[in-house]
Amino acid sequence: MAEDNGLILLIEDEPQMRRFLRVTLQSNGYRLVEAPTGQEGLMQATTRSPDVVLLDLGLPDIDGIDLTRRFREWTEVPVIIISAREQEEDKIRALDAGADDYLTKPFGAGELLARIRVALRHSILRQTGQKDPVFVLDELRVDLSTRQVFLKEMEIHLTPIEYRLLAVLIRNAGKVVTHTHLLKEVWGPVYAEQTQYLRVYMAQLRRKLETDPARPRFLINEPGVGYRLRISA
Amino acid sequence: MEEGRPDPELILAQLRMEEEKNREGQLKIFFGAAPGVGKTYAMLEAARQKLADGIDVVAGMVETHKRKETEELLKGLELIPRRQVEYRGTTLSELDLDRALERKPAIILVDELAHTNATESRHKKRWQDIYELLGAGISVYTTVNVQHIESLNDVIAQITGIRVRETIPDFLLDRADEIELIDLPPGDLLQRLREGKVYVSELAARAKESFFRRGNLLALRELALRRTAERVDAQMQTYREVKGVREVWPAGERILVCIGPNPLSIRLIRAAKRMAAGLRAEWIAVHIEAPSKVKPSEEDLRRLSEHMRLAESLGAETATLSSHKASEKILSYARDRNVTKIIIGKPTHPLWKDRLFGSLLDEVVRGSGKIDVYVITGDTSEPVPRPVARAAPQGASIAEWLLSLASVAACTGLAALMRPLFNPVDAAMVYILGIMVIASKAGKGPSVLSTFLSVASFDFFFVPPFYTFSVSDARYVLTFFVMFAVASVISRLTLRVRAQADAARQRERRTAALYSLSRKLVHERGIENLSSIAARHISDVFSSHVVVLVPDEGGKLTVPATGPETFALDQKEMSVAQWAFDHRQRAGLGTDTLSGAKALYIPLGAASKTVGVIGVLPGPTQEFFDQEQVHVVESFANQTAMAIERAMVSEEAQQSLLKAETEELRNTLLSSVSHDLRTPLAAITGAATTLMQKDVTLKASEQLELVQTIHEEAEHLNQIIRNVLDMTRLDAGAITVKKEWQPFEEIVGAVLNRLSERLGDRPLKTNLPEDLPLLVSFDPLLIEQVLMNLLDNSLKYTPEGTPLEISAFVKDGEIVMELADRGPGIPEGEEERIFEKFVRGSGSGGGIGLGLTICRAIITAHGGSITAENRPGGGAVFRFSLPLGEQPPLPEPED
Repeated sequence: MAEDNGLILLIEDEPQMRRFLRVTLQSNGYRLVEAPTGQEGLMQATTRSPDVVLLDLGLPDIDGIDLTRRFREWTEVPVIIISAREQEEDKIRALDAGADDYLTKPFGAGELLARIRVALRHSILRQTGQKDPVFVLDELRVDLSTRQVFLKEMEIHLTPIEYRLLAVLIRNAGKVVTHTHLLKEVWGPVYAEQTQYLRVYMAQLRRKLETDPARPRFLINEPGVGYRLRISA
Repeated sequence: MEEGRPDPELILAQLRMEEEKNREGQLKIFFGAAPGVGKTYAMLEAARQKLADGIDVVAGMVETHKRKETEELLKGLELIPRRQVEYRGTTLSELDLDRALERKPAIILVDELAHTNATESRHKKRWQDIYELLGAGISVYTTVNVQHIESLNDVIAQITGIRVRETIPDFLLDRADEIELIDLPPGDLLQRLREGKVYVSELAARAKESFFRRGNLLALRELALRRTAERVDAQMQTYREVKGVREVWPAGERILVCIGPNPLSIRLIRAAKRMAAGLRAEWIAVHIEAPSKVKPSEEDLRRLSEHMRLAESLGAETATLSSHKASEKILSYARDRNVTKIIIGKPTHPLWKDRLFGSLLDEVVRGSGKIDVYVITGDTSEPVPRPVARAAPQGASIAEWLLSLASVAACTGLAALMRPLFNPVDAAMVYILGIMVIASKAGKGPSVLSTFLSVASFDFFFVPPFYTFSVSDARYVLTFFVMFAVASVISRLTLRVRAQADAARQRERRTAALYSLSRKLVHERGIENLSSIAARHISDVFSSHVVVLVPDEGGKLTVPATGPETFALDQKEMSVAQWAFDHRQRAGLGTDTLSGAKALYIPLGAASKTVGVIGVLPGPTQEFFDQEQVHVVESFANQTAMAIERAMVSEEAQQSLLKAETEELRNTLLSSVSHDLRTPLAAITGAATTLMQKDVTLKASEQLELVQTIHEEAEHLNQIIRNVLDMTRLDAGAITVKKEWQPFEEIVGAVLNRLSERLGDRPLKTNLPEDLPLLVSFDPLLIEQVLMNLLDNSLKYTPEGTPLEISAFVKDGEIVMELADRGPGIPEGEEERIFEKFVRGSGSGGGIGLGLTICRAIITAHGGSITAENRPGGGAVFRFSLPLGEQPPLPEPED
């Protein structure tokens, strides 16, 4: 195994899941540290400083949301939440507490690897501070320095709010961004509950950027959670 | 008759009684003929014996009267400290019931069963305390003398000349598990008395001389022996019946005793009890209320209610009947109830009244036919207060007084006009007419006034010499007298008729209220509604506040519905209500138990159990409830109890039905799940084991195919499990709809995105017009689930490559979404059935038939509807609608 794509800390109590993830991740060039409990996970995180944390929400000892918060007290390591369907609410709270992304069980290996790649990319960007002023996704091109948006080389006129919305999604490209997060970023903290504002502007944005708004290619809705700008993995 | 075969019902009753008794404590009574026979001593000896056997015995209340032998015996027994009660400057010590209940010994000694507790105590009588102890599973040893037995009370008064005020109901003796007769020959007792070994209270000291006479003691001893023998006999009888020894046929006697407010009724009641006990017969105490009679006085009502209660306490059934003709009613009631003997009092009124108005006694005797009639003498030594019939006291208004003055003035005027034409005596007729009018309109006072004024005016204006009150002709004195007599008789009669009408109206009102209550209760469902209706009705009729309490699962009373007619219960009132409920007896205001309460509490006794309590708080104008009112409240309570029981039973039935359904669901679910889970599992296991085989080399394409199988089947399993989980959560009501405003296209987009892999290149047309309302309110996760299930079905049941179409439109204030396919369609007549649980479509790869059921549950929870039908031109269309509602505030457009 010549390539080294990074060190992943896997906090998961079920041995079956750990085995599947171990095989998948190692065969894809990642190094792996495993922790069956939250306590163990915290300890491993401090000693091994991983590049990505995969965190299962249903841990026996520590609540996943608390764990996320405790990570965020001292590290910006990307945290990807793994949750079962019953933990829908906790998932959103974990995201709002600072987790970067989530996966709902059961998930495929491809999906997992894509999320890890996105997380790593964001982490590197953050560390180096380098930002490409031009974001390109298929026929969509956004020039962040001039605030211009092009679709199939045609400039699209966006309102200031639409643009800010798009910019936040681009900044987090590939990751899910919760409703609350978007509202706070674009409208300000006072509007954190006004989801219908967000819905209206997202609908407008979709109509401007998507060929078929009912089958969007870029602006993906994650029901009950938020939005994600899909990038080619 | 089959010999030797025990009556199963009797055995059951016996078993029930024994069960009840096992739960309750045992009652042992040390029974004596007179004070000083050594009951307390015997009780203590028995207690020591038990103590020696290792049984937990404590002394709750033992009067040693400072006698040495007795005090000696008390040593070594644990004493429960007495409760000290301050009463008019002296300190009384009473049994501390709460402490005794808390201590919960196996046996407690409580002396003097017939004792009356100090006021402020929970119960009026000590025997009620003992009842409560027994109810709590504590056995009680107690003592009592024969003269305290209720049914023997007046016999003993006749023998000894002393009336004992403290009595105990007879059923206590029947209730006792064991009665030990402490017998001492009169000679020995007198000897002990002379030696000062008999304690006699100071109050009774004066009576001592007359009481402790040899003759008296002999009689008392005989009564005590006989009473004990009767009981033993009864026990023997029960034993024989249970064991199938049936030579003695039950007599089947039933006794009816006619009672009224007359104090003599007490004698009748006791006589009836004795006769009933002797014949082992049931007995009924009946009061006949004559609607034609004027409303009885408060005093009469109070006495009547006392008599009724006495009869009840002696084990009688009581009934109040209403009839113009008392004799006919008594006889018809007696026949209805298969009464064999009627007990009736000897008339105390003078003979001429019978001659004039007919004799009740004669009529009953004459019409009695096969029924025996017993006539019992009244005790003439006691004064017999005649019940005084009088009109309901009511203050006359000023208008009535004025009316009476005006009427006399008008009569004077009219008579003056008539004077030239008629004889002066005819003027008197005019006045009498006036008096009649006043009596019919106004109260007693104005009527009397108008009578006097009329006579005076007649004298003054129409009797020569005119304009003086002197009378020249002696004939007019007679006229005055007749006029006065006629006027007062008319006035009294009119008033009486009015009072009767009032009484009838009141009765009418209550009957009507009762009727309307029962009618309303029939149409109501739910305990909450029933109790509030009952409370409202009773509150209306009695102008008081009423609350209905029902027990929760733990048997603790709660108020299911409050309203303006109810009243709030504080801790104390609540405990009184709880007591009434637990003991199935009336308690509170106007009763013997916890009479310090503000309200009266009547248990709601239904056929099988007590279902609650009704609390009645008198309005500001009344202080307490008379017997009649309590009876009416009880009939309301009965109606309510039956209705509540009905509601409870139907609720229970519903729950058990639900349980059965859940059970059935679980079974179907298990069988479905086990089948449907196994199919994909088999494929996965098969594929995986093939891949794991070491000695077989598979081609790359074969490997891929196996891996794909594993993946697809795992997906399938996931789908099944999700549906099962959702179904159980929907069934348990655990899913709540969290609506959010959002564009409809968003959710469609999310689902298509999620299913993109399975959709592949299936032609799919989405038709979401631009003019759809921007935001629709729904739960995104649940509606996503609906769309997923529908789309999943379409993919599963329609052939590869056939087109699908999703469209939405607005119709009648709802947003309608359609998913149409060009598959084989839905079998004829199955359009509704496919939404039922565990109904699945034909064809392969189906789920377990829950998908559509879940869809319907979710859509219904949103207030919408979902249907399926076949499309013209082939294929099926699934259609659901969601209510649109008002659009929420939208952000102001930019720019």
